[in-house]
Amino acid sequence: MRSIQKNLNQFNEAGIRPVAISVDSPEESRDFCQKAGYTFTFLSDPKLDAIRRYDLVHAGQGINGHDISRPAEFLLDSSGTVRWRMLTENYWVRARPEQILEAAKALR
Amino acid sequence: MKRLNWPIWLGFLLSIVALLSYPFVFVNWPITRDFPWANFVLFAVALALLFVGVRRAFTPERRRLSKVVGSLLATLGVIVLGFFIFTFFIASRWMPAAKGAPQVGQQAPDFTLNDTNSNPVSLSELRSSTTNGNAARGVLLIFYRGYW
Repeated sequence: MRSIQKNLNQFNEAGIRPVAISVDSPEESRDFCQKAGYTFTFLSDPKLDAIRRYDLVHAGQGINGHDISRPAEFLLDSSGTVRWRMLTENYWVRARPEQILEAAKALR
Repeated sequence: MKRLNWPIWLGFLLSIVALLSYPFVFVNWPITRDFPWANFVLFAVALALLFVGVRRAFTPERRRLSKVVGSLLATLGVIVLGFFIFTFFIASRWMPAAKGAPQVGQQAPDFTLNDTNSNPVSLSELRSSTTNGNAARGVLLIFYRGYW
């Protein structure tokens, strides 16, 4: 997410709107964004509505054993069709902004 | 005889630094995050120091305590490396396969969630929103584990 923030201008120029989603509450996300200096959209999914719909539930991995999301990135075009995605197999390894921006070139 | 066996202590401390520098430092740049080669360089130096330290501890003029402490710290250093390899390469892969996640070419399911000001925002709104006055060409959804 740090690398998304660093490249936010390029994402803006490419017309790509980054949106981060996790089980954190709006308050937790707000504190996190303020501390980390993130200015893009953060959405809160404590009931795992969207996370379940995208089949990303990682059961029992939260600090109190609650369910959280596994990491995943989806690039959607303006009609909502998935045009690129990354479901990492190792949670330390994430999509790089240049990969996403390259995939974004194909969107019109 | 009372001279500190510095390579063993330095090697042990460096193995701790090699472990902790991943989540606190090197995770911040994709080049040192996606493969932790910087941490392996630190571990290599730490192990070399531990090796020198153990050899030093087992010279005849050293006391028995020095041998015990030397062996213990060297073992701990190796355990720290093992723990790092385990967390980076094994535990981090224990994730559900997400077979039902939307595929490329499929429609992404819509949702409505609260933003950081507790205002509901739907995916369809985000798709039709503007960035810097230009109509959005796309939305990048980043699901992450959260900080709970």
